Amino acid sequence: MTNLTQLTLSDAVDGLKAKKFSSKEITQAFLTEIDRSNRHLNAYVVVTADKALKMADAADKNLAAGKGGRLEGAPLGIKDLFCTAGVRTTACSNILGEFTPTYESTVTQNLWNQGAVMLGKLNMDEFAMGSSNETSRFGKPTNPWRRKGSNTQLTAGGSSGGSATATAADLCLAATASDTGGSIRQPAAFAGIVGIKPTYGRASRYGMVAFASSLDQAGPLAKSVKDAALMLEVMCSADDKDSTSLHLPVPKWTASVGKSIKGMKIGVPKEYRVDGMPEEIEKLWSQGIAWLKAAGATIIDVSLPHTKYALPAYYIVAPAEASSNLARYDGIRYGARHSGDGSLTSTYETTRAKGFGAEVQRRLMIGTYVLSAGYYDAYYLRAQKVRTKILNDFEQAFEKVDALLTPATPSAAFGYGEKGDDPVAMYLNDIFTVTANLAGLPAIAVPAGIDSQGLPLGLQVIGKALDEEACFKVAAAIEAAAQFKTRPQRWW
Amino acid sequence: MSVDKQTVRKVARLARIAVPEERLEPLAGELNGILAWIEQLNEVDVEGVEPMTTPVRMTLPMREDNVTDGGKRDQVLANAPKTEDGFFVVPKVVE
Repeated sequence: MTNLTQLTLSDAVDGLKAKKFSSKEITQAFLTEIDRSNRHLNAYVVVTADKALKMADAADKNLAAGKGGRLEGAPLGIKDLFCTAGVRTTACSNILGEFTPTYESTVTQNLWNQGAVMLGKLNMDEFAMGSSNETSRFGKPTNPWRRKGSNTQLTAGGSSGGSATATAADLCLAATASDTGGSIRQPAAFAGIVGIKPTYGRASRYGMVAFASSLDQAGPLAKSVKDAALMLEVMCSADDKDSTSLHLPVPKWTASVGKSIKGMKIGVPKEYRVDGMPEEIEKLWSQGIAWLKAAGATIIDVSLPHTKYALPAYYIVAPAEASSNLARYDGIRYGARHSGDGSLTSTYETTRAKGFGAEVQRRLMIGTYVLSAGYYDAYYLRAQKVRTKILNDFEQAFEKVDALLTPATPSAAFGYGEKGDDPVAMYLNDIFTVTANLAGLPAIAVPAGIDSQGLPLGLQVIGKALDEEACFKVAAAIEAAAQFKTRPQRWW
Repeated sequence: MSVDKQTVRKVARLARIAVPEERLEPLAGELNGILAWIEQLNEVDVEGVEPMTTPVRMTLPMREDNVTDGGKRDQVLANAPKTEDGFFVVPKVVE
């Protein structure tokens, strides 16, 4: 039998239903693999072995009775951003201490309702603030991919670096992740896997640790486009516990995978050709265009003139919303407390100084500054108006095309420390992904090639609001054409 | 607009983050780097543009004004750093 941990989610679900193997067997296979590999990869920050085996037993009973949900018995990893009842959840921040939720996030509950098995909680940047997973309190995970002939440790991206590492290194069948400025799609590209952020409001934010509420969306990281569609179908739902949740039926996205893209119009935005972009990214993009043409799509040049303002707008909106959301961490009601000189103010200030890492503090300071008296109009309100302009750009483009094709990232995975200590240099990583968050649009990253150093590169497909179907169709066409089969060479 | 040490001290106070004196200057530098980069938004003409809310038009859902949740004192207190007799224990606030 092939190694169970290397199966795709879809194949594993089919194998479980056909009783080729039990949930206990595949769950145990993953736990053994995690036990062996996690000390090298640092993908999991909590491993819930006992819980996993109990869930597997329950799944096996359901499967034996010919029952079971859409993910019955399938072992998954959960980003540490999702509250899981009885399992420590800290968003990889010291300030949450040993916080153990007494309730379950809607997204994870949806997975358990369909029979999935939880392997544990996955590493991430502290409060999802980062593009390299370096700001985690638990240390950084390591990308299973390495440059040819080099043992430099590379980032698996951020903020969902643990989810990407675990999925790419076969430490779970698929993982949950979240995306505020690119935190699903950039790690997907860096780790040679698939990741999608749905339209804002598709996935409930209930029980997901808040970063920037108008941008945060949950989505999956998975080994194939079909797996991503299956995960997303289960994760999304209309939820009364989240007032921004869309009360719309969840389409059958798995059915879009493999559908012909003949006659589709694909836009190529000229503003995504940025200065200093490596030639290999340019080549990959041209290759993607050629594949889609060959599959019967029409390519149309489009313009999104406000693209260059997306990142600066993001770095007002996201820190502003974060400074408001993270005000809740006061050391009083939950998480860690540091008393300082014992006064109330000192307790707040010391708790937050010790509890938040440097990047989180920096963003909270920016957010507090742009929201402070006299600056709200000049910064936050202006940024929200720029968002409207960015959305208008997309809406105009979508009058002519069905979806957009862009690179997913401006480079392949980079080594730790290679970005220096300029925060803006790190922020530029999200240049292609952040526009979809600001406009609330669905966007998928799909592996499309390998660069000369042997690292994976991804393409991104952005769809109209609520048209995840187009993302899945086009991404599946790229997947079929690219035949991306390379796996990271095992060194761990 | 550029921030000085004094502004950083004020912002840190507003954000309730204790920042040691020697960190104020370097933080001012970091924040100015980011703020200078953000300044490019001033190039955009936003005259008459509505601020963005959502790409999918929807109205905020309404529900009956009934209690749907609650009675979970022990759950609410479960993660508190300090509790006593079903209460949060907080630093002394009133002298």
